Amino acid sequence: MNIADKYEAVIGLEVHAQLQTNSKLFCGDSIAFGAAPNTHVSPITLGHPGTLPKTNKKAIEYAIKMGLACNCEIEKDNYFARKNYFYPDLPKGYQISQHTTPICKGGFVTITINGTEKNIQLNRIHLEEDAGKSIHDIYDDYTCIDLNRAGTPLIEIVTEPCLQSSEEAYQYVGELRRLVRWLNICDGNMEEGSLRCDANVSIRLKGEKKLGVKVEVKNLNSIRNIKKAIDVEIERMIHLAENGGIITQQTRSFDATNDTTFSILDKEEANDYRYFADPDLAPFHLTAPFIQKIQTSLPALPQQLSKKYQNELGLSEYDASQLCDEKSTSDYFQSTIQFTNNYKAVANWILGPIRNYLNEANASFETIALLPETLADLIKLIEDGKVNFSVASSKILPVLMKENKSPITIAQELNILQVSDTNELENWVNQAIASMPEKVNEYKKGKKGLIGLFVGEVKKLSKGKADPKIVTTLLEQKLNQS
Amino acid sequence: MFSFTSIKEYHSFLADHSDGCEVAVVHYLSAIEKNKHLNAFLEVYANEAIQRAKELDQQRKEGKPTGKLYGVIVALKDVIAYKEHHLSASSKILEGFTSIYHATAVEKLLAEGAIIIGRNNCDEFAMGSSNENSAFGIVRNGLDENKVPGGSSGGSAVAVQAGMCMISLGSDTGGSVRQPADYCGVVGLKPTYGRVSRYGLIAYASSFDQIGIFANNVDDAALCLEVISGQDNFDSTVSDKIVPEFSNEINRSSKKYRIAYFKEALEHPSLDPQISASIKAFFEILTKKGHSVEAIDFKLLEYVVPTYYILTTAEASSNLSRFDGIKYGYQSASKNADLTELYKQTRSQGFGDEVKRRIMLGSFVLSSGYYDAYFTRAQQVRKILSDQVNQVFSSYNIILSPTVPAPAFNIGEKSDDPIKMFLTDIYTVFANLVGIPAISIPLFKHSNGMPFGLQLMVSHFDEVSLLALSKEMMQYKQHSY
Repeated sequence: MNIADKYEAVIGLEVHAQLQTNSKLFCGDSIAFGAAPNTHVSPITLGHPGTLPKTNKKAIEYAIKMGLACNCEIEKDNYFARKNYFYPDLPKGYQISQHTTPICKGGFVTITINGTEKNIQLNRIHLEEDAGKSIHDIYDDYTCIDLNRAGTPLIEIVTEPCLQSSEEAYQYVGELRRLVRWLNICDGNMEEGSLRCDANVSIRLKGEKKLGVKVEVKNLNSIRNIKKAIDVEIERMIHLAENGGIITQQTRSFDATNDTTFSILDKEEANDYRYFADPDLAPFHLTAPFIQKIQTSLPALPQQLSKKYQNELGLSEYDASQLCDEKSTSDYFQSTIQFTNNYKAVANWILGPIRNYLNEANASFETIALLPETLADLIKLIEDGKVNFSVASSKILPVLMKENKSPITIAQELNILQVSDTNELENWVNQAIASMPEKVNEYKKGKKGLIGLFVGEVKKLSKGKADPKIVTTLLEQKLNQS
Repeated sequence: MFSFTSIKEYHSFLADHSDGCEVAVVHYLSAIEKNKHLNAFLEVYANEAIQRAKELDQQRKEGKPTGKLYGVIVALKDVIAYKEHHLSASSKILEGFTSIYHATAVEKLLAEGAIIIGRNNCDEFAMGSSNENSAFGIVRNGLDENKVPGGSSGGSAVAVQAGMCMISLGSDTGGSVRQPADYCGVVGLKPTYGRVSRYGLIAYASSFDQIGIFANNVDDAALCLEVISGQDNFDSTVSDKIVPEFSNEINRSSKKYRIAYFKEALEHPSLDPQISASIKAFFEILTKKGHSVEAIDFKLLEYVVPTYYILTTAEASSNLSRFDGIKYGYQSASKNADLTELYKQTRSQGFGDEVKRRIMLGSFVLSSGYYDAYFTRAQQVRKILSDQVNQVFSSYNIILSPTVPAPAFNIGEKSDDPIKMFLTDIYTVFANLVGIPAISIPLFKHSNGMPFGLQLMVSHFDEVSLLALSKEMMQYKQHSY
């Protein structure tokens, strides 16, 4: 038995998602990423004396959206508390957060592991403001502070310690990212820090009930790194345990350049944050109709849609899940199937040539020029045998992605409509047979595979316009006659 | 020779004097110069004020509309943000700091034509009852220079008392406007919590703080309140209630009020017998004028000061965290200090003793081992007080009480005993604990020559009754003495 099999991992994740509201949680400053340092800083963000916070209602709405999407209970009576601590990128000397009353309680997020569904239980989702950024690597002697980010609304999504593997963490964070994007409340960009994850990792012998000493791993700036960091951390812990070492409570950082974690804080300092309700902000009560209104406005969620696509539209699991990867893709699919019942063809087009085209053009389904009804027309054109798929995707699609024309017009203009008129086809078939007498002999002797060669020749002669099905039938008739 | 009695009279003076604003400013600048030794001003905006007066005079000549506080000369307690002017809270820790925005109240004053003449000395971060806690020296009472002017808005009280401005804005967290008004013999008004935006007021205790007004008479206070009150997008604790035209409303009312007083307050052992006697005598006048005056029980009087100090210091300990030497203000110059050391040194050197005392007290009552014993219980007492006051106001319109237990004391007399100092707040903190409006009006004179006042309190947002009865009572002043 492998040594590692003696142990099991227990993992809890804290994910911070920046809400993409227009302005900060408690003032009107923009939250746009990438601005010159300290340009989105009003006196309120700067924590100047006399300034006061005013809550951004949109942020509350977004937090509730996420809570409802994660099956949480929404707390009706809420207040913000102050978490008091000193740090240079925390302008007020306290962070406004929700301490005892998270806006969303409990809930779960469903992931699929080896084909089996598992609910990852949530402890809470709460609202808080982000801190600014301390930048240590510009000057040797100074730390630079950029307060643009200070006050950006965040939700912190906290799981119970219920994940058992790095794969589960990988799937879970992926699902969260899809959800926040789906709900359009966060861009989910881990590199820019819009979505940040800390992992609490511990190990214990299988069968043990008590939780082991946990280590918090930070600086996980991609979903892949979350998986890697957890793996190496578990490995490190098992190695320690097996070699008589002691696992101590630590905060560790993941170094992606060599796939290791290193300690940044030994045993968390006993910090007393002296939480108390922020007297500058009145408690806020959420009414049932308000929550109901948000519930009603929620879009169908990706997991529901994926099941619907499989069960009701007969799509494969792969196609369905690919379509539900991003909301804009799914929306486009939904719009297109208003105009055609050929669901499979729509899925193929979206996941094949259209997605490839968009990827190459660095574009997306949000801004796509091709109208859903036009795509449906194009599919109809193929169904009717007027063009074939490969001509449609290589010749017609590129035009349609740029201008709004009907597919048939384009096919006519490009002179690529398939010819199914038997007289015309017979001409090409006769020419082809006449041009390759030796091959005709071989065919007649039984080398039936050569039919493809003749079809290809007709295709060439017709410049691709010949309907290959009819051509094949005609060729077979002719070759078998004489 | 310019003389001031009320804004109304001043405005009729302006009607006859095309350069009246400038005349007034020149007059006040010389009064400020003459009273320099009182140390009521930290900074005087002499040139600016003259410039602004000239502009206002010019605008009048051009027939442009005039505001409610046109040409009115105002001083600001140095805890109220005035854009592009120094703001220090009388503390070293804000050394060199200039506000980059206007407090909402200041914006409203300016919009109605006020002239801001300077910023007033006060207790550091509005913490104190005698104005002896300023980093820039004590303020002296204009009526007796050996006496304190009260605090924390001592400079603002003296500025009105000694005729150095027409009205001034202070802040009142536990009596910081009413108590110095009492000591200085002027009108001191603390509006309902939420009546005036706190945006731009340096926070001491956010759920208690309210900008207040010093004036020579009730009408001026009413007019100023009318201007600075009202909804504000930058303060979510300010009320969106419609602001009455106080200056008119208080003249309309000839209502007979049901007045209550707390028995325990008038029988308190710390209360000066002359104050208690004067107030009781005044009750008779009120009864004769058709009001009813009744004693009611208030068993919780002994709890108000401890409750107040627990809750305000808790909030203060957090509110003052932003003064860390990183972004603005004073920073300890010592080299090689790590971050924690930088914070420690900056704050140890930047804050005065009283401020440090309150930050430590507040941090203590919020710390995990003591939270429930102090902070939670104090909150419970506050809730009980609120319930009780609502009950009182279901039967009465007004609560009367002394403003302070004794008139202005000598400089240095209580500075070694913080508890003694805290107890001078016994009658004033109640209004802040429950958020009701209160006023101190200068009705009386002590045999030691110092003035003292009477405090009126009404239910939330009933400043009209508060001001109307105050005005009426001021008319009886001559009759009683």
